[in-house]
Amino acid sequence: MSWLDYFRAARKEEAPPSASAAKERLQIVLAHERIGRTREDFLPRLQQELVAVVARYVAIDPGKVKLDLDRGGDMSTLAIEIELPAPSPGRQAAAS
Amino acid sequence: MAQVIVVTSGKGGVGKTTTSAAFATGLAQRGKKTVVIDFDVGLRNLDLIMGVERRVVFDIVNVIQGEARLNQALIRDKRVDTLAILPASQTRDKDALTREGVSTIIEELSADFDYILCDSPAGIEKGALLALYFADQAIVVTNPEVSSVRDSDRILGVLQSKSKRAEEKKDKVKEHLLVTRYDPNRVERGEMLKLEDVREILAIPLLGVVPENESVLKASNTGTPVIMDTESVAGQAYKDAVGRFLGEDLPHRFLEPDKKPGLFRRLFGGRAA
Ligand SMILES: Nc1ncnc2c1ncn2[C@@H]1O[C@H](COP(=O)(O)OP(=O)(O)O)[C@@H](O)[C@H]1O
Ligand SMILES: [Mg+2]
Repeated sequence: MSWLDYFRAARKEEAPPSASAAKERLQIVLAHERIGRTREDFLPRLQQELVAVVARYVAIDPGKVKLDLDRGGDMSTLAIEIELPAPSPGRQAAAS
Repeated sequence: MAQVIVVTSGKGGVGKTTTSAAFATGLAQRGKKTVVIDFDVGLRNLDLIMGVERRVVFDIVNVIQGEARLNQALIRDKRVDTLAILPASQTRDKDALTREGVSTIIEELSADFDYILCDSPAGIEKGALLALYFADQAIVVTNPEVSSVRDSDRILGVLQSKSKRAEEKKDKVKEHLLVTRYDPNRVERGEMLKLEDVREILAIPLLGVVPENESVLKASNTGTPVIMDTESVAGQAYKDAVGRFLGEDLPHRFLEPDKKPGLFRRLFGGRAA
């Protein structure tokens, strides 16, 4: 790092410009809103149906289902976390 | 046949009423017979910004409900003789406006005017939908700020799906972007979205950029549309926008930050004055 960089770094110390963050966030959210303009809000139903399917095989607590959506620019992820009941109360106690 | 222009934005407080007043006055100053309608029933403000609040006798709801004739409710501007204002009702609720009622009024006004401007309320509910329903053209007022840009995008979607032109599958509503409250100094510091960013995101033709300017508040204090303040940068920016709307090719102004004070002034008290 040359001594010039030191001065540059010192000047940049202030908060990074926030306008570029604004642009990026807008581009991502609008890309999604433009597609989903007419059929928004399928997520609550998706969650219900998924939980119903899983419940057919395992007894689950509907309160312990977590849905996480991350709308990204290149890729979006939908993460569904379903907590399964412990095998048996006795063993769980022994393990801890 | 008159051209119907809606001034819209989705978000509130971005400058729709300021723009409606300035634009209507500007068109009228150019000799176009212009009427501006306040669609913000319950929150009437255009009368104040236009400086005609003391002359309101009847309003649009009175006309729709047959309590007054259109000609009785129209207020003729005393400064520009080709300009008229149709005020909103302050006391009725939004449901007093009906599509049939508005349709009749616009039809009747069409015979006498070149331009009918509709100052939309905020939101995408009934009042805003009605204000844009009959539009041939739309001026989408946007501030360089995330929520305003998002709401503008939303309202563009509404224009393309819920306007009369969309429903009847005619040519689509002609869209114009008007960026207002633009602060080149903050843009330069990276604190505010650049004009280019807003244009890129919304991707509709740019009609003008109105800078953040104290003259707007001053103009509203006295009830003078800011376009009449010909010295002010906001007034000049609106005048340019009207010129472009009428087909003139004018460069965009007021996009650069203030000149930085020189070293000399910085060292020896530029603040003194
Ligand atoms: N270019 C501008 N510079 C400074 N203030 C502005 C500008 N445009 C609008 N304003 C102010 O913003 C506020 C909201 O404007 P208004 O036209 O009433 O917005 P809307 O009709 O969209 O709610 C008002 O106080 C107005 O004076
Ligand atoms: Mg308004």
